[in-house]
Amino acid sequence: MRTYAGQRAVLAVVQLGVLSVLVFVLTALLPGDAADMRFTETLTPDQVSRLRAELGLDQPLVSRFVDWFGDVVRGDLGTSLISGGPVVDIVKSSVGATLVLTLATLAVVVPLAVALGIVMGTRENGRLDRAITSVTLALSAIPDFVIAVLLVAVFSLKLGWLPATWIGGSLLASPVLLVLPVAVLLGRTVCLLSRQVRAGTITALHAEYVVQARRLGVPRRRLLLRHVLPNAAVPGVQELARTGDTLLGGVLVVEAIFAIPGFATALVDGVETRDVPVVQGLTLVLAVAALLLNLAADLLCNRLVPRTELLR
Amino acid sequence: MSDALNRRGFLGLAGASALAGLTGCGADGEAAAQPKNGGRLRAVYAGGGAKEVLDPHVQSLFVDIARHKATYEKLVELGPDLKPVGRLAEKWEHDGEATTWRFSLRDATFHDGGKLTSEDVLYSLARIADPAVPERVAQSSLATLDLRRSRTVDARTVELVLTAPNAEFPALLAGIGTQIVRDGFKDPTKPVGTGPFRFVSFEAGRSMIANRYDDYWDEPARIEELHILSADSEARANAVQGGQAEYANDMTATFARTASAGRTVRIVAAKASTMQAFVMKVDRPPFDNPDVRMAFKLLTDRQRLVDVVLAGRGEVGNDLFGKGYQYYPADLAQRERNVGEAKDLLRKAGLLNKEIEFLTADASAGFVESATLFAEQVAEAGVKLKVVPGSAQTYAKDLLTNGVIGNHRSGAMPIPQYVTDRLLTKSPFNVTHWRRAGFDAGFAAAQRLTDEGARSAKYGELQGTLRDEGGILAWGLPDYLVAVSATVQGVQAVPPNTLDSGRFDKVWLA
Repeated sequence: MRTYAGQRAVLAVVQLGVLSVLVFVLTALLPGDAADMRFTETLTPDQVSRLRAELGLDQPLVSRFVDWFGDVVRGDLGTSLISGGPVVDIVKSSVGATLVLTLATLAVVVPLAVALGIVMGTRENGRLDRAITSVTLALSAIPDFVIAVLLVAVFSLKLGWLPATWIGGSLLASPVLLVLPVAVLLGRTVCLLSRQVRAGTITALHAEYVVQARRLGVPRRRLLLRHVLPNAAVPGVQELARTGDTLLGGVLVVEAIFAIPGFATALVDGVETRDVPVVQGLTLVLAVAALLLNLAADLLCNRLVPRTELLR
Repeated sequence: MSDALNRRGFLGLAGASALAGLTGCGADGEAAAQPKNGGRLRAVYAGGGAKEVLDPHVQSLFVDIARHKATYEKLVELGPDLKPVGRLAEKWEHDGEATTWRFSLRDATFHDGGKLTSEDVLYSLARIADPAVPERVAQSSLATLDLRRSRTVDARTVELVLTAPNAEFPALLAGIGTQIVRDGFKDPTKPVGTGPFRFVSFEAGRSMIANRYDDYWDEPARIEELHILSADSEARANAVQGGQAEYANDMTATFARTASAGRTVRIVAAKASTMQAFVMKVDRPPFDNPDVRMAFKLLTDRQRLVDVVLAGRGEVGNDLFGKGYQYYPADLAQRERNVGEAKDLLRKAGLLNKEIEFLTADASAGFVESATLFAEQVAEAGVKLKVVPGSAQTYAKDLLTNGVIGNHRSGAMPIPQYVTDRLLTKSPFNVTHWRRAGFDAGFAAAQRLTDEGARSAKYGELQGTLRDEGGILAWGLPDYLVAVSATVQGVQAVPPNTLDSGRFDKVWLA
């Protein structure tokens, strides 16, 4: 176990290193650099080239990467090429909104999807099953931004019940700001997750042990909660891990539409302004978070089903 | 200036079309006659993320300019016709040759209670010129200012000396990034200006909050609290319609159409305030041939471009920058479409059935659309224009060196400044490669003329040459659109970058 954890940790560090190089090279391949992005027809080409020298962007790619990497190893994420402020501050100021948004979405998605999945699974091919399936499938087929625009049009602009954007608002002062963004993010995730729970429920209901339990007269409620649900949850839990990707894509769109100053917004801004240290820093934080989650999941699996091979 | 705006342009379009069905929610549209005091105004501009700055000498985005205008002031500002008007400088005079200028300062106080003095002016100009900080934007426009020979005459008179005579000098002091800061000003995160609002807080890419400054020299503001916020196009539209903001800057024609059908939002349109043009490089084939340039100008169906690309929110252009501004030659006839004549010119140039590449990019609203539509118009004369898209973020820079024809858009600025930036041999943004020794000399001579009438006549001549021989094909003059809540009064329909644009000290809430 200890060796396994050690090996995984080493692998994680290697993964982070490779990722850093990739992000650095890919950002460098984009047309223009941070000095150019200041070229908004207000700085003359001469001013831009002096700015480039000042930012150190005239140095070769490799030496810039080595400088950056050396700083990171010492725990310093560097400074933004655009604002001149520490990257850590940008990470800190943007991570909160995204975290709250994601957690709030999960807090709604998980119970909702499990409930819907069980309702559908226990009524396989019934009228209710088909109705819920149609609605969730339809919702997941509509792109996030369309749902967002429609929700804003109806609930903010027409009815005036909910704020249309986060502009000038603060989450602490008005938690109601979360309602529409979370509603948008629900669409696809609820569908994916509830489909898995439904499938798991159906499989479990047809399993011999359940059939036997039913034959023995175990009450329906107890049967569902004690015997069916734990087994039905397995594919759902696996799906939940994958939901992260879907959610991240959705967060990007949602942050844009509702003007939420979150992680995705900061990342997009960083890429657009070729602010390499900011892009690197944000990616690194994101990657570390993803690796830690995976590592935790892998270690848990390894604990439950001890394997000898690493990363099969 | 609008990259942040374009990135999610598709979302904006989607938003606007969804809004089309939603009109007529509440509120009475019409104005309350008597100005009222108090209240909070939230103004939303296109955001720039981490690019946004508090340093007034580093500004380049509209949102920064708005923030700095609330807290700081310049010596001179530009009127609606882009003519200089005094602000912190009450009046000015020159030595008869326009080389040595004396500015008399107004009795104004900074937010920290200090009186404005000529030392503050000299310090501000020296700060702008600091070669160690290349991003101080006004460095190049004020390059002819000789600070070593400039001096204070008394506490409220300052003498500025130029290395070459320039009758347009006051207008240069009204350019972007020319704000007057306090002598010894070091920390831009603690703004101290003379403007109508006192700084409270700032978060780049999000917001600035400022409160009314009661000792403001030009009548204290009517509103109590000003929030200047950042958001993309569609979020601005939603915010102003949903009551989360009272003022939304730089809106699209599509939004204006849907919004004006309702009653919650009013559109304030500054007519024909900016310019959309195609730019041809006069030193590269086929546009090194003046006949080809003229043929392209004659092939343009300007009205159709305005109707389609600008959704009718604008006027047709006449191949010149600055219609309605000081020094614009008003007597020129409008250039009309003439496919027959264009064809003759193209045949003479041997260009019929040839293919030319048009370098465009989604760098500004309407670029790609106008290029595509123009290609259809040119095709009528048998010339193939192949529209090639480039990188949106680096387009302005790329076009300076690449391609033979492309898109160009310019905001409001005085005509002499436009020429200095773009049409002289040494101009930093000479995208048409218009380099004529005779034109340079004529322009320099005009700038030395201290008589406004004579100067205007000389500028007029130069612009006539440009219109007929130059590489700028100005097809449209878009309106500049601002959306305000029905309660907001006192917003002026003036071009951006002028004194009364974003004048939140003159606005009140009914």
